Amino acid sequence: MTLAPGKKKEKLERLAELSAVRDDEQGVSLWREAMRRLRRNPAAIVGASILVVFVLVAVVGPFLVPYDPVDQSGIREGVIKPGSIPGTSGDHWLGYDHQGRDEFSRLIVGARQTLIVGIVSTLIGLTIGVLVGGVAGAAAGLGGRWGRLVDSVLMRIVDMLLSLPSLLLAVSVAALLGPSLVTVMIAVGVVSVPIFARLLRGSMIAQANRDYVLAASSLGVRNTKIAISHIVPNSLAPVIVQATLTLATAIIEVAALSFLGLGNPDSTQPEWGLMLADAQIYLDVRPGLAIYPALGIIITALGFTLLGEAMREALDPKLRR
Amino acid sequence: MFRFIVRRLLQLIPTLFGLSILLFIWLHRLPGGPETALLGERGTPESRAQIRESLGLNEPLLIQYGRFVKRLVQLDLGTSISTKRAVTTEFLQRFPGTVELTITAMVIAIGLGIPLGYLAARRRGSLLDQASVGGSLLGTCIPIFFLAYVLKAIFAENLGWFPTIGRQDPTINATHITNFFVLDGLLTREWDAAADAIWHLILPGVALASIPLAIIVRITRASVLEVLGEDFVRTAEAKGLTERTVRRRHVLRNAMLPVATSIGLLTGLLLSGAVLTETVFAFSGIGAFIKDAISNLDYPVLMGFIMIIAVIFALVNLLVDVSYSLIDPRVRVR
Amino acid sequence: MALLDVQDLSVTFARRGQRTVHAVDGVSFSVDAGEVVGLVGESGCGKSVTSLALMGLLPRQRGVHVGGSATFDGTDLLTLDPRSMRDVRGRDIAMIFQDPLSSLNPVIPIGIQVTEVLVRHRDMSGDAARKEAAELLDRVGIPDPRRRLKEYPHQLSGGMRQRALIAMAVACRPRLLIADEPTTALDVTIQAQILELLKELVRDSGTALIMITHDLGVVAGMCDTINVLYAGKVVETARRKELFANRRHPYTVGLLASIPRLDAGRGEKLTPIRGSVRDVLPWPDGCAFAPRCDRRVDACVGEPPPMTPTHTGHEYRCVNPAPLPQPKETP
Repeated sequence: MTLAPGKKKEKLERLAELSAVRDDEQGVSLWREAMRRLRRNPAAIVGASILVVFVLVAVVGPFLVPYDPVDQSGIREGVIKPGSIPGTSGDHWLGYDHQGRDEFSRLIVGARQTLIVGIVSTLIGLTIGVLVGGVAGAAAGLGGRWGRLVDSVLMRIVDMLLSLPSLLLAVSVAALLGPSLVTVMIAVGVVSVPIFARLLRGSMIAQANRDYVLAASSLGVRNTKIAISHIVPNSLAPVIVQATLTLATAIIEVAALSFLGLGNPDSTQPEWGLMLADAQIYLDVRPGLAIYPALGIIITALGFTLLGEAMREALDPKLRR
Repeated sequence: MFRFIVRRLLQLIPTLFGLSILLFIWLHRLPGGPETALLGERGTPESRAQIRESLGLNEPLLIQYGRFVKRLVQLDLGTSISTKRAVTTEFLQRFPGTVELTITAMVIAIGLGIPLGYLAARRRGSLLDQASVGGSLLGTCIPIFFLAYVLKAIFAENLGWFPTIGRQDPTINATHITNFFVLDGLLTREWDAAADAIWHLILPGVALASIPLAIIVRITRASVLEVLGEDFVRTAEAKGLTERTVRRRHVLRNAMLPVATSIGLLTGLLLSGAVLTETVFAFSGIGAFIKDAISNLDYPVLMGFIMIIAVIFALVNLLVDVSYSLIDPRVRVR
Repeated sequence: MALLDVQDLSVTFARRGQRTVHAVDGVSFSVDAGEVVGLVGESGCGKSVTSLALMGLLPRQRGVHVGGSATFDGTDLLTLDPRSMRDVRGRDIAMIFQDPLSSLNPVIPIGIQVTEVLVRHRDMSGDAARKEAAELLDRVGIPDPRRRLKEYPHQLSGGMRQRALIAMAVACRPRLLIADEPTTALDVTIQAQILELLKELVRDSGTALIMITHDLGVVAGMCDTINVLYAGKVVETARRKELFANRRHPYTVGLLASIPRLDAGRGEKLTPIRGSVRDVLPWPDGCAFAPRCDRRVDACVGEPPPMTPTHTGHEYRCVNPAPLPQPKETP
């Protein structure tokens, strides 16, 4: 099979191109590549969509609800009787709850409260954890003998938090502080401190051993500057991934604490965990009261988990092709 | 090896020390002070003053702490406000129930989780694989107490396949020696009592096993996938060994290492989950009692139980670490 | 009749959304009983994939296609069912790989990794197998073999690990041994020892050996016949002396020229082959080596060059081969 002269010239030209030694491919930023991978990942898309819906509902929903979530209209109207709570109807899409309030409105407003609780508790854990872990990691990586002592002491304190299973730790903190919404947020936050602390410390230490840090250090750049402008940005990615995953567990743990009676004793303000806890008694009369907030919690936690896991895969440099 | 154990035990001491300080502060800073913890909210001003005196609460804090530690070391954790019995007694009586429940959950989680994870990895991309991954993801997102209620509602109340609450049917006059109901039934040869105890363990066990099962499936699957790509598996195949030998001696032996590492974590989850599960099923273990203590403001029980659990947890973790060095020869401490 | 006769072996990897990779593109060679055959080429030329295909060790996935034939003792290995192939592996054909540490199971003692082959193929019992295993370890030059049986891979040095792997491979006295870069991961001093060991084993037992390597130095010391591979095809094949004396294919010339020489002058630069393995023209469009070839002519582009046979059994796949070297003037 011989080629026509025109084609042959094409081939020779292509050969010439190929003969030139190729440049090394341009390095692609970690973030850009991660975003690209995420967009292709179906789990990430599902997770992100769930979260978008959730945030929308939480932010905008309360302005659009048909009824006041606190208004016990059902009791006034006399439809709440022992053993009978009206369910779905034309006026009340999800019926009444056990105190005569509109379940649908409570569910929507509850989304906002749940989101806030989840975010605040995660932020508490993140802030404290990152601070402790960051200082420990920086001290260990850069500080010599004194640094190692600081690292040791801080990590010993973190280990103490790990000496109890997570829920029991939260229970201890919550029992100490007395039942309230703030208590629950702090308790759940405290539980996640060790995760963030270890994460950041590990990241800092690994970074501190990298060559570019050695290079900067030998150039005379001060240690603190190295820590802040080089190491920290590179340690950010796993923290974000972990925060997303922690949000999922935070929402569930808050629900558990409410179930145990350590949450907000006043059940007027709707919050999914609280609603779920309160609804347990009425399971045989109106299972929906438990199922709706439970579904809300499950789907939202799923959304955060899907997105978080997808982000972890996307940012893993080992998987770069 | 011996030095390793001793070193780890020594590491336990600062943790316990820290915990004891925290608990001491906790007791003293409680609204109302320790006298409330002991008397409940109902004490009169006189009895409260009396308690304060008798407890030596008017003495300097350091001395009080010293006495506190002394009591701890003597394993005296105080008296329950609600039952008026020693905290340690309450714990010892209820602990076997929780142990049985935890073991049941662990057996379910491992017995189902490892084969499922292995199959999912072997048949990557198949329906089984995707279902396993999806299921394990879902499993970590369902609140245990909700799952427990659902299981109870469907299988116990509706279908009647399992008992709804408790550890044993009271109409069977079972003899209890060790308080491990299943064991007791076997020891006394009351087979119906043993079987009944097992029957009561199933639903709560399944509920409790949900999260550990999800985690074990995930870890096993990931681990098997990684091991399958390792060179030594290729060597085993190149030797012409049977599929069974390759699977058991080469793939699984190595793939199980991360699972073994996570047993400590899983135990923690089981202990946490036990509190919720036992409450739903009115299963009289330490978990349910902790829930009662919260409701009754029974602080000595709450404080005491949590402290004991911390010690147990630490011992379990130590055991896991020591066993791991037996499994993985590369880690053996010389 | 040859012990192993490979005809037109091809292995393609197809992946969704990516171009099909022709890792092995019509490779033919043969191995006689007791012969040492070399497969030489840069990384990515398809030599390892060839050996994996022969052993039936390629991943059994949808996108993997194996074509051609590989007749071993009358049976085509490529059409053998998996069960029978398992019997062949380790017993009739054995293989050793590149990295001895990762090729050994880290949590099982060495002894068991040797005895398991004996138990599987020679039906030996525990004690007999252990005894034989100790003898095998001794045979491959591992000191204090009885103690080694109980040790774990991480307790052995790199050279000893590779010896242990060789012991496992020859345990059942296979008729063909395939060695895929067996010395690449080892220290230079150990390399020589391992190669000596292989030569000895092959000589003493009459086992045929396929030596896969990128290092012509290794090949020069060991092989009876050498096949040079490039981009999935054999581009030159000859008996050892003939190849080194009368190399024709420009790629072979390049390989030989790139070896550092002891008698080179000081400051003399090394001569690598221009470009890289990625600068390739697909075979159907011409000669794959053309982009990197100094002797490229018009005829090289358009259709793949066929193998040119010669009367000495030396074959080369080139339309403009390097001229025969002038015989050196003997003073």
